[in-house]
Amino acid sequence: MIEKNENIILKNITQYLVAFIQLFGLYVIAHGHGSPGGGFQGGCILAASYILMITTLGIEDTKKKYNEFKKHLFNSLGVFIYAFTGFVCLLLGANYLDYSGLSNLFPVDPIKARYIGTFVIEVGVGITVMSIMLTIFVELLTVKRKQS
Amino acid sequence: MIWQVDLIILLLIVVLAIAIVNTKNLFTATILFGGYSFLMCVLWTGMGAVDVAFTEAAVGAGVSTAVFVAAIYQTTRRSKD
Amino acid sequence: MKILALIVSIMTGALLIYAAEDFPSWGDPNSPTSLHVSPRYITKTYEETKIPNMVTAVLADYRGYDTLFETTVIFAAGITVLFLLRGNRDD
Repeated sequence: MIEKNENIILKNITQYLVAFIQLFGLYVIAHGHGSPGGGFQGGCILAASYILMITTLGIEDTKKKYNEFKKHLFNSLGVFIYAFTGFVCLLLGANYLDYSGLSNLFPVDPIKARYIGTFVIEVGVGITVMSIMLTIFVELLTVKRKQS
Repeated sequence: MIWQVDLIILLLIVVLAIAIVNTKNLFTATILFGGYSFLMCVLWTGMGAVDVAFTEAAVGAGVSTAVFVAAIYQTTRRSKD
Repeated sequence: MKILALIVSIMTGALLIYAAEDFPSWGDPNSPTSLHVSPRYITKTYEETKIPNMVTAVLADYRGYDTLFETTVIFAAGITVLFLLRGNRDD
């Protein structure tokens, strides 16, 4: 699983399929308002695309695209986006996580501002879930046990 | 909801749960757990809870199966008890 | 010992089935949740937030604190896995 799989069918199918899986994950996050889905589910689908890349293309090739710095950045970026959105609402005079306060920042009415705020925090949830699921998988796959 | 379909799915879920507990091969248990999650997903879709079903399909049948496989990769494939 | 565990499992299951008898049946329009909480969200969600999917509106807007700390729990789980499994390495 850690090594690169040399099967030509698996390699080619994975390379084309990953793009579509990631597109579907982004669709689920972006359309969490109108259809079933949201940040959590979309993040899991994005994580599944990277898990497919790791299992077929090998962990070394995947780490070039998703390196250590990106892992630590995305782990905390999602929670930061969520909490920071709530804090911006607090600064603009509304309660914490009351998105109608965002109407002072964007030129929209308070009802539309709640729609925008919901979308922003869905993106945050999606980023964190994607990164954490991938972190757990990669760490379990590459753990070195002590010689006992 | 059609009660005959519901009954078949519930019976399959019970059968799968007993099979997961009884099998000695951990890899088989993981794949059966994926099937169990998928049947729960179908049941929830029938009840109209589409968001819950989506989460179950993405997490239960997708990512958690991959995490179990990664854990089995580090240990043995046979259960000791 | 296995017999004892089986007896305990069967007794717990019987107790849960007995407790489930008191629940309102599935989709009962006269159950307390269908009378109190649900109509408020069903009628007011779209005018208050412009979000067509009620589940997302309740999760992310009305119950924002819940989802915030749910995300924090996932974050904590990932960081715990990172620390525990990396700490085992010799290098």
